Amino acid sequence: MSDSTAISNSTAAEAGDSHHGEHPPYQRHHFETVDQQFDATNFAMWLFLLTEVMFFGGLFTAYLIMRNWYYPAFVEGSHQLSIFWGTANTAVLILSSFTMAMSVWSAEKRRRGSLVLYLCLTLMFGFTFLGIKGIEWHEKWEKHHIPGSSFSVQSFVNPASDPEVYKEYHDPPLAPDMAQKTEQYFFLYFAMTGMHALHMVIGVGILIFMIFRARGGAYTTGHVTFVENFGLYWHFVDIIWIYLFALLYLISRH
Amino acid sequence: MSEQHQEHEQEHHIVSPGVYLVILLALLVGTAATVAASYIDLGEWHIAPGLTLFWNPVVALAIATTKATLVVLFFMHVKYSTRLTKLTVASGLFTFLVLIGMTLADYFSRAWGRW
Repeated sequence: MSDSTAISNSTAAEAGDSHHGEHPPYQRHHFETVDQQFDATNFAMWLFLLTEVMFFGGLFTAYLIMRNWYYPAFVEGSHQLSIFWGTANTAVLILSSFTMAMSVWSAEKRRRGSLVLYLCLTLMFGFTFLGIKGIEWHEKWEKHHIPGSSFSVQSFVNPASDPEVYKEYHDPPLAPDMAQKTEQYFFLYFAMTGMHALHMVIGVGILIFMIFRARGGAYTTGHVTFVENFGLYWHFVDIIWIYLFALLYLISRH
Repeated sequence: MSEQHQEHEQEHHIVSPGVYLVILLALLVGTAATVAASYIDLGEWHIAPGLTLFWNPVVALAIATTKATLVVLFFMHVKYSTRLTKLTVASGLFTFLVLIGMTLADYFSRAWGRW
């Protein structure tokens, strides 16, 4: 009696083992194949990104409506931004997207060293972007262009008092009530670039986590889902910046 | 059972570094082009009295959309993804455009002809 129990137990254990042997350890049991698991997580990641599109879409819509209402204020507010730093940051972010894509390729090819290298490069470009953003924000702080009690309309009621911007654009002075609306522009500027930068900070945090895990060989065993889906997030943040650059920096130049 | 499935599944597509490099260059060229275009006054089109289309923002957004499309198709692998992913992305984009389009059409037309 006890023998037969032992036998049936060991058979069950063997059956269980052989079942495990059929698929890699990272395949969850509720998926039939690794490909199915990959497609399901990929689908879920895209659903998350669509909620992000709607979230940023609200900010973009608010910006377009406000710009239409207070057009002169939004144009002169936009002239305060540096096209040089904006262009540099766009290039940095595009490069970081490229190194992120190469990280995914390295994981797929199971090359641990190159994965760690490309993740580190992506991290470096991420920090560079945030550093440049910091330089730009600091200038707004110095010129009292941060919305709030210390906000100053000096640059807009008397553009000649701001010679660096004036010699580039020769903006006419705004009436005091329209000049006040530049605060709306800067509110949306900080809301949009700030929310974008928050996404960058979160991305940088996950990148650091991934670099530590990748050094231990976590993503080079064929299980690339985490790297792939983080890549989707990082590229999405890049796309948001491509539109922020066009809408905040470029379209009001003429 | 599992063998049968494997026959139907296609291999997970790995996009080559060469493709990524071409897209990187295209994105950098696009960035240069959009900055250059912003320094030129591209003029405007008077469609009707009170309705004017400025070309600068149109060109800037067109280039931005081209860049975003390249990122989505190649960096985000949608070109090589399942039809489910393609449908998800397309329907999300469509819903987004309907929401933003309807909202802007409402705001911009409320006071039509009263300014």
